[in-house]
Amino acid sequence: MDDLIADFVAECRDMLEALGGEIVAWEAEPDDRARLDNIFRFVHTVKGNCGFFDFPRLEALSHAAEDALADVRAGRRQADAALVSAVLAIIDRIGEMIAAIEAGEEFPAGDDSALIDALAPGAESHATPLAATVADGQGKAASAPRTIRLSVELLDRVMSTVSDMVLARNELARRLRESQTEVSVDGAFERLSAIIAEMRDAITRTRMQRIENLFVALPRMVRDLSAELGKQVLVDIEGGDVELDREMIEMIRDPLTHIIRNAVDHGIELPAERLKSGKREIGLLCVSARQSGNQILIDIQDDGRGIDGSKLAEKAIANGVIDKAAAAQLTAREQLALIFEAGLSTAKQVTAISGRGVGMDVVRSNVERIGGVVEVDSTPGQGTRMTLRVPLTLTIIPALTVSIGNQHFAIPRSAIEEIVRANGESVTLEHVGGAGIATIRGRRVPEVSLAEILGLESQVAETDRRLIVLRPAGGDVYALSVDRIHDHEELVVKPAAPAIMATGLYAGTTLADDGSPILLFDAAGLAEVGGIRLEAQERAARIAESAGAVAAPKAIPVLLFRSLDGSRRALRLAVVDRIEEVPVAAVKAAAGQLRVQVGEAILPLAGAHGSDLGTEKVRVFRLSDGAHEIGYAFREVIDFATIDNDVIHADSPGEINGVSLINGEPAELVDAHWLFANHVGAAAQGAEPLVCRLPTDDPWMQNMLRPIVEAAGYRVIGDADESHADLVIATQGDPISDAAHAIVLRDEREPAGKKDESIYRYDRAGLLTALKSVSAGRGK
Amino acid sequence: MNELLLVVTVAGERVALPAASVESVVELDTLIPVPRAAPHVAGLSALRSRVLTVIDCRRSLELGMTECPNGIREGAVVELDGHHYALIVDLVEDVIEALSDPSPVRAAMGPGWERVSQGMVETENGPLLLVDVAALIAGAEAKAA
Repeated sequence: MDDLIADFVAECRDMLEALGGEIVAWEAEPDDRARLDNIFRFVHTVKGNCGFFDFPRLEALSHAAEDALADVRAGRRQADAALVSAVLAIIDRIGEMIAAIEAGEEFPAGDDSALIDALAPGAESHATPLAATVADGQGKAASAPRTIRLSVELLDRVMSTVSDMVLARNELARRLRESQTEVSVDGAFERLSAIIAEMRDAITRTRMQRIENLFVALPRMVRDLSAELGKQVLVDIEGGDVELDREMIEMIRDPLTHIIRNAVDHGIELPAERLKSGKREIGLLCVSARQSGNQILIDIQDDGRGIDGSKLAEKAIANGVIDKAAAAQLTAREQLALIFEAGLSTAKQVTAISGRGVGMDVVRSNVERIGGVVEVDSTPGQGTRMTLRVPLTLTIIPALTVSIGNQHFAIPRSAIEEIVRANGESVTLEHVGGAGIATIRGRRVPEVSLAEILGLESQVAETDRRLIVLRPAGGDVYALSVDRIHDHEELVVKPAAPAIMATGLYAGTTLADDGSPILLFDAAGLAEVGGIRLEAQERAARIAESAGAVAAPKAIPVLLFRSLDGSRRALRLAVVDRIEEVPVAAVKAAAGQLRVQVGEAILPLAGAHGSDLGTEKVRVFRLSDGAHEIGYAFREVIDFATIDNDVIHADSPGEINGVSLINGEPAELVDAHWLFANHVGAAAQGAEPLVCRLPTDDPWMQNMLRPIVEAAGYRVIGDADESHADLVIATQGDPISDAAHAIVLRDEREPAGKKDESIYRYDRAGLLTALKSVSAGRGK
Repeated sequence: MNELLLVVTVAGERVALPAASVESVVELDTLIPVPRAAPHVAGLSALRSRVLTVIDCRRSLELGMTECPNGIREGAVVELDGHHYALIVDLVEDVIEALSDPSPVRAAMGPGWERVSQGMVETENGPLLLVDVAALIAGAEAKAA
């Protein structure tokens, strides 16, 4: 808040100073429209800000002046000398008050009504500010810290000079070390060093701003937006302390705002829709910033409906952005990238918030103009992540220096997760098909040798090397083996020449304390050149392609939850379709086992055996094996996690097939196969799919109904087929042949009478329930 | 007209660099190699607390490597797009005045020379090939692109 007030005060001061001349000119020439507009703008700004800060007196004053000036602007009133004086008096008073706010004091007590009254048409001039307050106010203003505005260009020059100065000092330090110098010289040099360091800090700070300044406005913006749209959105902001170039902050303000507006407007669904798809009704929007090498990464992640890549592609074809042949070639990622093409918007409706089809292309061009990149990643139904990567050239990066042979290199500290000895405890190094795999405390990570990547000779035996575990931005960890690790240093990184950047390995160059150039690595580039597959999904796919390839460690994503009996369990994420909440009444023992009605489906229910379901609601995982669904009752979801530790298998088959350490605590792994085998398999065992007879000559039945019936697990036969049908579907009035069950459809929406058990042909829910009840009843 | 030229020897040929683009002539002793960079990038060197990217002109022309028997390399420092480069040559000779505008060389040159040629200029020491600094820095690979 204090920051905001300081900004407000600074802004008002600037405007007041600029207005100084205008006021005088306006006084001489009250009809001058341009001057009038400037003064109007000032009182308008003050009024707007006061409402936010709760300065009632300032607000009343500025509001009164704004009204009077608005009248003049609209031509309802002529600007006369009396009005000019009254407005000037108010501006003076505003200036005094702002000075008081700046000095952190109470307003001088007083009454502003005389000033406000003076604005009324025909009022006598009261343009005599209280003399005492004026003197007081000016006294305060003089003692308050003053600010000036500088061009960023000038700051750039200063910054660059200071960096050079630091480097020059480093060189001098080296020369001094080499030559014998007097103690007094050393002392003087030390002092110079300290001053330069201090100066560098100060200068760096002048250009750097915490990204918080950008983030601080987001919660309010999201709140207003979501209220307007009838949505509930929780904003989670992280990394506000990341510092970014002041100008850069301004440059990413618009793109960031736009992405967030999109996320709230198009990404996050309405609460009812969210509940229906098994999500919490409050949408989550995570905005996080972090530094990675010479880049700042800003992630904007929502858990909304995601982006449908194929729809985007269709739209792109329709809009002529790409042709059909090219569209068919696109990978999922490339499809998503289409969102940045001009004139594409997947939203069905154009809203006032976003989605006018201009937007993401502008976002991209804005980001690219500052040398950044914007990336999109989305899973339909689960959310979207936008990543802004903006460069951070000419800056000071904490780095670790390492060496291969005699050559030193630097690695940005932000990418380093840990450093271990290759022959240390709990670390083993193995080779699988020529590729290195390091096992660090049970975790397998791909390993590459820096010497190999660089094509240099290493003079250190493999087992004596150090392993640096790196996590490049947005990627998986890998271990880099180096000969020696030297020191942590703060390096002034400068962009390297294009010929060097072309290798993809380096993020820049810098000079070490000894004056020799050092190359700074780009952790992601190293991995790429070293052949490490960073993307988890891609990696899995490639392993499937070539069985001979490296069996990279694969973490299994699981959903960690607490079961009804209180035990900590995990289910593989892939089998969980969604989470439903149902009333306890929906759980019934029927047809030989517990079943739960979820929406329009009746599912076998597992996980609830012998447990107290409580009295109100039961939460149920909906598990799917692609063909069948079952429910699994549980108490609460603990977390998403991955199994990276060994699984201790159960002795006998059952609901639980093993235990493993997940997030440091043991958890039972639910055997989904067993669940399906026992709950669905039993019913379907040894039986053909259910048979349903549909009239062959009814096109509606064949075209509209048949897919639904087949999707429900039936084999559809025609009239002519003599085989036994478990279910017959017929239109009202048609004869029904022998069958265990029959569904009769009617054309009218309302039933003909109480005895009419037919189903309206478009009552999809009713139809599905009827279909399911037949198949569920078969287990008897 | 009257452009100043820096005369250097590269791979036994006397050629001219536009003197206006050359900041200084230096002798480099230590070179930090840049692994996996293009072959004509000889390495990095520091000059007055600036990082120089060192380009071996012979390699850029694909005429072998510049020899440096005593470990000292002579180079011309140039700036291109905000980056500083040192162009390593066999020998830096002199600065002389151009007596003519560059004119096309009509005889066949070696492929490396062809790429960096900006034409032939007359000087009081006879005709010299005027070399395009940017093409030297781009090296052999840029040609393919």
